[in-house]
Amino acid sequence: MELNILWFWIIAAMFIGYFVLDGFDFGVGMSLPFLGKDDTDRRVLINTIGPVWDLNETWVIVAGASLFAAFPEWYATMFSGFYLALLLILLALIARGVSFEYRHQRPELKWKKSFDAMIVVGSAVPALLWGVAFGNVVRGVPLDADFNYIGSFFDLLNPYALLAGLTTMLLFFTHGVIFVSTKTEGDIRVRARSLAIKSGLVTIVVAASFLVWTTLAYGTLASGILAAVAAVTLIAGYLANLRGNERTAFGLMAVTIGFAVLTLFASLFPDVMPASNDVANSLTIENASSTPYTLQVMSWTALIAAPVIIGYQGWTYWVFRKRISRSHIEAAAH
Amino acid sequence: MNEWLDPLLLSRWQFGLTTIYHFLFVPLTIGLVTTVAIFQTAWYRTNKAKYLQLTHFFGKIFLINFAMGVVTGIVQEFQFGMNWSDYSRFVGDVFGAPLAFEGITAFFLEATFIGLWIFGWDKLPKGLHLATIWLTTVGSIASAYFIIAANAFMQNPVAYQINEVKGRAELTSIGELLTNPIALAAFPHTIFACFMVSAGLIISVAAWHLSRNQHLETMRPALKFGLWMMVIAGALTTLMGDQLSLAMVQAQPMKMAAAEAMYHTATGANASFSVFTLGTPDGVSELFSIRIPYLLSFLSTHTFDGTVEGINNLQEQYVQLYGPGDYAPIIWVTYWSFRWMIGLGLAHIMVAVAGLWFTRKGKSPRTWMWKIAIWSFPMSLLAMSVGWVFTEMGRQPWLVFGLLKTADGVSPNVSGLEILISLIAFTLLYGALAVVEFRLILKAVQKGPDDAPVPDPVSGEIKQTTTVY
Repeated sequence: MELNILWFWIIAAMFIGYFVLDGFDFGVGMSLPFLGKDDTDRRVLINTIGPVWDLNETWVIVAGASLFAAFPEWYATMFSGFYLALLLILLALIARGVSFEYRHQRPELKWKKSFDAMIVVGSAVPALLWGVAFGNVVRGVPLDADFNYIGSFFDLLNPYALLAGLTTMLLFFTHGVIFVSTKTEGDIRVRARSLAIKSGLVTIVVAASFLVWTTLAYGTLASGILAAVAAVTLIAGYLANLRGNERTAFGLMAVTIGFAVLTLFASLFPDVMPASNDVANSLTIENASSTPYTLQVMSWTALIAAPVIIGYQGWTYWVFRKRISRSHIEAAAH
Repeated sequence: MNEWLDPLLLSRWQFGLTTIYHFLFVPLTIGLVTTVAIFQTAWYRTNKAKYLQLTHFFGKIFLINFAMGVVTGIVQEFQFGMNWSDYSRFVGDVFGAPLAFEGITAFFLEATFIGLWIFGWDKLPKGLHLATIWLTTVGSIASAYFIIAANAFMQNPVAYQINEVKGRAELTSIGELLTNPIALAAFPHTIFACFMVSAGLIISVAAWHLSRNQHLETMRPALKFGLWMMVIAGALTTLMGDQLSLAMVQAQPMKMAAAEAMYHTATGANASFSVFTLGTPDGVSELFSIRIPYLLSFLSTHTFDGTVEGINNLQEQYVQLYGPGDYAPIIWVTYWSFRWMIGLGLAHIMVAVAGLWFTRKGKSPRTWMWKIAIWSFPMSLLAMSVGWVFTEMGRQPWLVFGLLKTADGVSPNVSGLEILISLIAFTLLYGALAVVEFRLILKAVQKGPDDAPVPDPVSGEIKQTTTVY
């Protein structure tokens, strides 16, 4: 296999890692107004992701840097083309990250509530805009002969891309709420499960329409099969949650997000950034990639590092496997 | 075009602003994580409560600071593509690899183990928990190595060939890229300077409490530790800075000439170092200056009869080599930032040596001495900042020395208005966060360490509870 094909799928894998992991962080953040009745509830919610949000967020840094190294042209075109959208994502991620660390630094309720609001917005904006960004990549954007994006910010807000954004937002929301039900006990666990039953229905409808649109407009046979798998696991996850199998439901949601990302990448292949105005200006895995030497160096690094990374990150989740309840928060209150 | 909406100028301001801001938090992260790891190791080995108190106290300051370093770091990585897409297209094959290594090997390590450290106090055995803070330290220091190796390529491009068809630089040897002479000198120089910043913080905090005669049990050993750390890290920073300037003279002679505002090539005694110049440092007229003969020759070549090239001579060479243009950076910026970096660095070492002398055998210094010591932290951070301003401004007009000018690296399709919007947004958000961060750190510092924990009456163990958000 050619290394640029390999790296196309490694980039896909990194974004799957990012969306599956930070996806539930976004969901937990967005769920604060729905599940967090009082400050103790909200602390329970935030503590479910407390030890791991930073490592989850790091996946986007690694994905971005790998994109830069493996497909510099793709990185340059996408990041300069989606300038304002990425600015909003950055501002949101900054607001969310500091809020986790700052909200507990002072006892006043007003102080905490303002940071909680920043967590909600800081989670919702990237959850929406990452979908919009990838929707536009799949749909294609106008590019000039030097591969520079020549549309405007508002061209990015087309119906297909907005539906993609709504899909990621709802997927992450339900994913995060189910995560809460696997990580808490007592009343909040029950409420999380029933919220996921409600939001899950909306998610199924929206995500299914998006997958159908993708398959009909931009899909191939392979991407259609992947989309079908995503739809099936999403429904299976919903049913598992309905029967009270929270952990199975969470696992199936993660698989759904994985297959949804694979659907998008399979629709793209072998393009990485199709030009909607002129096929000749499209970026492909051939004209966007680094040299075989650079890809070879990166492949060895990834090959050696991947098992170690998966090992210690998995171990971290195992260390923090216990459910959190209100009594933990009250016991540690200082 | 409206000159206020010049994308190049605005992108440069944004990169400068966000980078300087980001690098206020990173040195403290790197320095403090190491310090906290040392305190925790001391507690692990001696079981003395004061070391645990210091671990928690400086750990808290570390965590307030850490979050800012993380979130502002994402901006740095995205900005290459957002604002400097032509640069990214040109260097991606070379420059991307160390960034990817940084993410894969260092950031994951740092981000995972810091979570384990914060939340793992009551979940991990004592030794394993200690290992988590050391692995965080390894991750943060390793990330510095990769980013400095990437930066070194911009100062002194190595291990590449130019592909004319694609119009880009392509990597020829990863080993050569990661052992760039500039990186080998700049990395230890920067890391030891990070230790100076954290030593500065410890000295400031300890001096503040001790001058009020409070928290003596913990702050006395902390002060001593901070002073020794400053002296040792300061000496090593100086030594490595000397190595860096030798490498710099080879790779970027214009930067050294600009650091000295030296327009004409000079040899031996004439290659003097000006400590202070009154008048116009652009070389047009000099009213008064204090000069140390031979010093510049020594700094640049490690000999007393070396020749140091002047700006005008280099300018002529570069015009022949690269075509017409102005190849000198802004002289007053390089001249003064170089002096402030060195001056503040040396002042810190002297203050620390004096501090060790005046606190020997439990002696207590006078009030004015404490007042000077309290300035250690802000001044060491300033020294760090002006050092990077010198390095990066001294590289101009090049983005990658000799290969790509800054003006040719900017994104051609991002409008001045868009960049103005982002520049204002970052300025407002960063400004607000700076105020919050400063107040929180100040509050944590003033509160001082928590009381000594009470050991379990049966086992004698000190029980730890996990920090919860």
